[in-house]
Amino acid sequence: MDAFTLINPPSLWDNWLAFWSFEDMNVLWVLIGSILLGMSASVIGGFAFLRRRSLIGDALAHAALPGVMMAFLLFQTRDPLIMFLGAVTSSFIGFFLIDWLPKNTKIKADAALAITLSFFFALGLMLLSFIQGLEVSNKSGLDKILFGQAAAMTEEDIRLLAVVTIFILVTVSLFFQKFRLIAFNQTYAKTIGLAVNRYELLLALLIVMSVVVGLQLVGVVLMAAVLLTPIAAARYWSSQLSHILIIAASLGALSAIISTQISYLAPAMPTGPWMVVSLSMLFIISLIFAPKKGLLKRYLEHKALRQKVSEENILRTLYKLVERQSFQHHHFNQADILGLRSVPADCLQNTLKLLCKKSLITSDPKGFKLTEKGLEKAIQLTRRHRLWENYLNEQADLTPDQVHQQAERIEHILTDEQEAQLRLELTNSLLDPHGNPIPDASNHVSPQLKKVQEPLT
Amino acid sequence: MINDIWILATAALVAASCALVGVFLILRRQALMGDAISHSVLLGIVLAYLITDSRSLPVMLGGAVIIGLVTAWLSDSLHRFGKLQSDASIGIIFTLFFAIGVILVSLYAGQIDLDQECVLYGEIAFVPFDTITIGGLDNDKESGFEIGPRAFWGIGIVFSIVLISIVVGFNRLKTVAFHPNLAISLGINVVFWHYFLMTLVSITTVASFDAVGAILVVALLVIPASSAYLLASSLKSMLWLAVAYSQAAVVIGYSLSYILDSSISASIAVSAGILLFITILVLQVQKKLRQKRVITIKMVETVKTTL
Amino acid sequence: MTHKSSPLENSPLSVKYLSMRYHHKPVLTDVSFEIPEGKTIAIVGPNGAGKSTLLKGIMGLEPIMEGQVNFFGEPLANQRLATAYVPQREEIDWDFPINVLDVVLMGRHGHLKLWQRPSQIDHEIAEQALKDLQMWDFKDRQISELSGGQQQRVFLARALAQKANLYLMDEPFAGVDVATEKTIIELFKDLKSKGKTIICVHHDLNTVGEYFDWIIFINARLVAAGPVEEVLTKENLSKTYGGRLSLLNDLTEKMYRTQLNKAHDTD
Repeated sequence: MDAFTLINPPSLWDNWLAFWSFEDMNVLWVLIGSILLGMSASVIGGFAFLRRRSLIGDALAHAALPGVMMAFLLFQTRDPLIMFLGAVTSSFIGFFLIDWLPKNTKIKADAALAITLSFFFALGLMLLSFIQGLEVSNKSGLDKILFGQAAAMTEEDIRLLAVVTIFILVTVSLFFQKFRLIAFNQTYAKTIGLAVNRYELLLALLIVMSVVVGLQLVGVVLMAAVLLTPIAAARYWSSQLSHILIIAASLGALSAIISTQISYLAPAMPTGPWMVVSLSMLFIISLIFAPKKGLLKRYLEHKALRQKVSEENILRTLYKLVERQSFQHHHFNQADILGLRSVPADCLQNTLKLLCKKSLITSDPKGFKLTEKGLEKAIQLTRRHRLWENYLNEQADLTPDQVHQQAERIEHILTDEQEAQLRLELTNSLLDPHGNPIPDASNHVSPQLKKVQEPLT
Repeated sequence: MINDIWILATAALVAASCALVGVFLILRRQALMGDAISHSVLLGIVLAYLITDSRSLPVMLGGAVIIGLVTAWLSDSLHRFGKLQSDASIGIIFTLFFAIGVILVSLYAGQIDLDQECVLYGEIAFVPFDTITIGGLDNDKESGFEIGPRAFWGIGIVFSIVLISIVVGFNRLKTVAFHPNLAISLGINVVFWHYFLMTLVSITTVASFDAVGAILVVALLVIPASSAYLLASSLKSMLWLAVAYSQAAVVIGYSLSYILDSSISASIAVSAGILLFITILVLQVQKKLRQKRVITIKMVETVKTTL
Repeated sequence: MTHKSSPLENSPLSVKYLSMRYHHKPVLTDVSFEIPEGKTIAIVGPNGAGKSTLLKGIMGLEPIMEGQVNFFGEPLANQRLATAYVPQREEIDWDFPINVLDVVLMGRHGHLKLWQRPSQIDHEIAEQALKDLQMWDFKDRQISELSGGQQQRVFLARALAQKANLYLMDEPFAGVDVATEKTIIELFKDLKSKGKTIICVHHDLNTVGEYFDWIIFINARLVAAGPVEEVLTKENLSKTYGGRLSLLNDLTEKMYRTQLNKAHDTD
């Protein structure tokens, strides 16, 4: 239980207070740095996602590792700028390799990604283990970029981080329109004379930079998630790209705050994994609860639709019963309904109760009866059902026995305009293919139906 | 000396198993799934250990298979129900699993015989010291008969499973990899064979874990198989070539690590990559030469006709 | 309405109310037809009419929303081996390390148990199939080293090796040379004389009357199906190549989008 002793309860609260009081200026800087990183990586990752290269960040982060090690080997310094340049260089080589392999050899895109990722990572680890065998100074801490360690960041690191991330955010907002166009429709962008290649290169550079600058904080191994997960989560909240990107940036910032805190409260803990776990939690929350596209919303919508369908089906069945009795009887019991339509008994009772509540039908000892409002609705449904049957029969060459099932569904979603168009296209809108009359479209009930109206009113 | 042999033998088996499984990953275009499962397996190992308090081979294999299949299944479900691109859903799932794995490792570092280092590199240099003894009393290694390193026997068993599976299921695996729709039209259960392959990937990565860690195993899965893909004209030759490439990588990598005093597993992976790039280079040069020859022949002909 | 003439006894293929979609877009709606045995049948329609999708739905390669497909009066599972499918050329991974003979032997795998290897007889069948298509000389070639027409012949040989009774082919004439086209026509005649049935997705309206006995006109729905002399009419062509029925299209899409088709548990 080594790690737990690091977060022993009495000091946890104190640490937390100390964190937020920013007594240590460094804490503030790290916090700001990681928020900036979370935001810029989420935004730039958004474009990678839209270009259908979700895992490019994974490969590029791994590809940065040998660059860092080479830079250290060559210059024997841990100056952040030199490390940064080394990482950017090798990340870029990785980027071109991922592009080059599928274009020039039989190797497919997914394999090219996995090859680049694992080869560069192995190379980095090999160099790291080689460095650790050398007698050189200040080599300790190089391995921290594998999983990230916010607490180990120096002031210089953070300054570089801030500069780079702000650069990324500013560039993206400047070129937002162009990037969006290219991400959405590259060929079109080319036809209107946009220098697509140049923008692609810029985008690649921004991705590489945000990956590299995040290594100290998140680490090589899990950087992919910081680019990918926020945008995937944000997509459930909106359909507009600018909103999606803002939401993604906020999610990235939020998870940065959470993970930086954890890194301070338990210094032995690597930051990267916590950032990924908090991002994933935000993703799961989005997936389930997002107001428009979340799973819960989709489930509820579907349930409501089912309810609507079963209500409307009962209404139409009641109308059919009235029609079969030549509009003489208006009271029917459950057995009558079940005679025409097979419905589970408990479902039928529920639906009937709901229909009563909406005063579309009334219930008395004689049975269930359509109210005026219910009758109107039932006529509308029946009309739409039969019009659609006619349409399928006339225009789609389906036989009368083939049309019923389709009409059973379409009746629920036909709109007034579509109904009007249907009438225009049909040559016959008086009788359906089975020979049943199609009730009048206007809300004036036809003379035949007047007979029904009288006892009702 | 005997230790070197154990290390080499273990590395050879790891590389061969990975190469065989990797061939099917490459052909099925599932390289990223291999990447994902090899990361997720860490969580499987840690959870299996925390739940059962044992590091025996069946427990580890069980944990890995379960987590591997869960990864594959969740990625697929997220793709379908969450309406995400399939590589995005793979990325979200495996980074989460791996992150949880790393957190658990650092939380229970004292209890589990694992740390962040060995997650990355594996500890193939220490493989010979963790041996299995049979016939001895509990906790008394001296009285029993030592049969060799645990990792060696683990990967040995897995290698046999992989080999038998490929030999027995060769035709089915071939058809499914070649054209899934053809396979379906022949009545082959493609879903079953997909998850079967994922199971093979899971057990291979878990058995390789001690030796090469969670990430370098990706290199052994995809790189030798890709080299073989460039040259092979039949599935059988691709399997043989992949194994040959992997064994060459082991030998070169081991020497390299000896010279540079670097990590053995990383050096093996790097050697595999270098072999791939040499192969690509040779093929590119050949292509260029062939083009040049065609051009010269054409030029000679035009000269002849003009004369 | 020729397609609803009296139900055929054990028709090689009968399709009832087949509906398929791509995401929320309806691709095929309520397609029903039955085909006679021992004929060559073309599926004809404009681009994006759902011809290949129909073939895939029939073979169970893509999920069908609704409907029923029967082969010789039975579901596909019982008639797998009696049915051979030739995919579109574009769908095949030509880089795959496999040679011609191995591709053709795949046609025999359905007949083999998991642990069985192709026997001498299987090899002879594959050899005969390759010889029938004049491809025996190429048996050891990797498949990417063949011309387009040769590649097509390999896959026809594979179907042939399956010794099926019903052949479903997705555009076998697309992008092949004249010699291959002739070979395929010869093959059709030969198969027909043995009482086999062939269904092809076909693009070329100029040759459809010549190569085929029967036509199924498709444009997101069934337009007509029947013998060439009956259905190859101006009216059917203009219906097939005229636009789609917009209302049918819009409302079916809306139905899929709202998942209305799953909301009906009371049917």
